[in-house]
Amino acid sequence: MKIVVPLKQVPDLVEDLEVDATGKALDAEEVKLKLNEFDDQALEEALLLKESGAADEVVAMAFDGEDVDKMLFTAIAKGANKAIKLNGSSPTDIHQLAKAFANAVATEGFDLVMAGVQSADGRDGHLGPIMAEYLSVPCISVVAGVSVSGGQATVQKEYSGGMLGEFEVDLPAVLGIQAAAQAPRYAPVSKVRQIQQTETIQEMDAGDLGAGAGSAISSMAAPEKGLGAKMLDDVEALMAVLKDKGVA
Amino acid sequence: MANILVVTEHLKGEFQDITFEMLGKAKEIAQSTGGSCSAMVFGSMSGQTDQMGAADTVITAEVGDDYNPEAYAAAVKSVVSANSPDLIMIGSTSMGIDIANPVSTALDIPTVSFCADIVAAGGGFTCTSQMYGGKMNVVSSVDGALISMVLAGSFNADTGRVSGSPAVEASAVEAGAGKVRFKQLIEPEAADVDITQSDILVAVGRGIGSKDDIEVAEELAEALEADIACSRPIVDAGWMSKSHQVGKSGMKVKPKVYIALGISGAPEHIEGMKATSTIIAINTDKNAPIFDVAHYGMTEDLFDVVEELLEELD
Ligand SMILES: Cc1cc2nc3c(=O)[nH]c(=O)nc-3n(C[C@H](O)[C@H](O)[C@H](O)COP(=O)(O)OP(=O)(O)OC[C@H]3O[C@@H](n4cnc5c(N)ncnc54)[C@H](O)[C@@H]3O)c2cc1C
Repeated sequence: MKIVVPLKQVPDLVEDLEVDATGKALDAEEVKLKLNEFDDQALEEALLLKESGAADEVVAMAFDGEDVDKMLFTAIAKGANKAIKLNGSSPTDIHQLAKAFANAVATEGFDLVMAGVQSADGRDGHLGPIMAEYLSVPCISVVAGVSVSGGQATVQKEYSGGMLGEFEVDLPAVLGIQAAAQAPRYAPVSKVRQIQQTETIQEMDAGDLGAGAGSAISSMAAPEKGLGAKMLDDVEALMAVLKDKGVA
Repeated sequence: MANILVVTEHLKGEFQDITFEMLGKAKEIAQSTGGSCSAMVFGSMSGQTDQMGAADTVITAEVGDDYNPEAYAAAVKSVVSANSPDLIMIGSTSMGIDIANPVSTALDIPTVSFCADIVAAGGGFTCTSQMYGGKMNVVSSVDGALISMVLAGSFNADTGRVSGSPAVEASAVEAGAGKVRFKQLIEPEAADVDITQSDILVAVGRGIGSKDDIEVAEELAEALEADIACSRPIVDAGWMSKSHQVGKSGMKVKPKVYIALGISGAPEHIEGMKATSTIIAINTDKNAPIFDVAHYGMTEDLFDVVEELLEELD
């Protein structure tokens, strides 16, 4: 059983985000990229399936870009069997990225694609279910629990209020992963360095990216301040609020 | 003239709030543009169309009561193909993610996710999305048909909660391929505390840094006679049990006072706590979106603040 995990970098949201001169995009110079946290969860869940013996092979995949080699070597250091980097004209939205990944996994072959459930910059939808549509395979998203046996997966999908729906799905399939059974593992820098020396990243052409999202951004701005919180200068002021609300 | 299709959502025989939020907004847009609003309902929810008074028409789909990603998406595809609505409203929810994306991709209709507002503009629509964890408002303009994925809590559900007797049409839906089978609903594990009933909540987020440091927040909770809650990453890290999680996939809480320690305020978290009467947020990032919904805020290290508070409260 072979699992492909598409990986993607997103802006680190703990950093300040600035809009560029066009007023329609983030200022790329200022953005610090990091692995989408839900992709990290997907990779972890895939590696757990491999370690349990349910999967034989985990392939990490990403579209070429800044620091992508490091991200892919890190995935190998964590336990992925191999890494594939896609080249070609850059996808401009989630639909195009999903098309690139769909082309590549169709070439590579897969039983399961495990994608992060969403990314904070996904304006035109969600990678997993869009890939599934291009591949004509079933998809379940918001998954927090996967087991595999006999050509099918049993998955738990999260609803609100802590409710779960359990489903069986025939493979091949795509899953949008919300959370792995345990916190994503960490690969020590020394191990990533060593992998960089010994392993190679396979390259693949991304192929035709399709028409894309079909809508465009007309403006981007930080939410207006002012309606928001009354800022308190010190703990004394905070104590006064707590007393006023009858809490302290 | 905007003809709008609202894809309703139900769980255990009840329409979810997001359904009424979308219906209220759809009705408003339909009226302002001289268009119409239809609501698509699934399975035996067709017996509750009297709750769909905000819609002009209800379209029923015989796909079973238990949600099935494949069957429901196939049904929505059929109805959208047959009716060609201008605007399709689907929740930015667990079910919505399964439905909106394949419909968008298969029928070449643009999707805009994380929508907090939708305005009809010159034959098309303008949507405002809360992106980057709520740090940016992104406006998309679409000329033709559009799928908008609506963030829960964006519109007033009461506006859409209207009784009536809209016309009912049965749709001829295609069955899915049968590759996805619903097995069972699993109820949440019994909780040690029911945070939906708490008067005061001290909630910790990833800013707490480590499992051991949660103790600091617990001390504060004890001093304030509050219960302890958390954001999702704290549960995913295994630091607290799921019953303490506030948000989209956790609990909806409405305490008198909610103290958020090191929580950024992503839309999925806000969804679970924005009805609180007093929200106090402590976060080192002055641009954290939590300050947009909080009533009081402090841009300080949470550990400094909690330590000082504990001294004061002692
Ligand atoms: C389908 C779906 C469902 C989801 N459901 C939920 C849900 O139910 N509940 C939920 O919470 N999330 C949910 N999420 C996740 C959500 O998108 C965010 O990832 C999450 O809310 C972020 O949690 P956080 O604020 O604790 O962490 P972060 O976003 O990492 O924020 C940590 C914050 O702490 C601040 N900080 C750091 N150090 C300190 C310090 N020493 N003192 C003060 N402040 C500090 C930082 O400035 C930052 O703002 C869901 C996501 C998806 C896709």
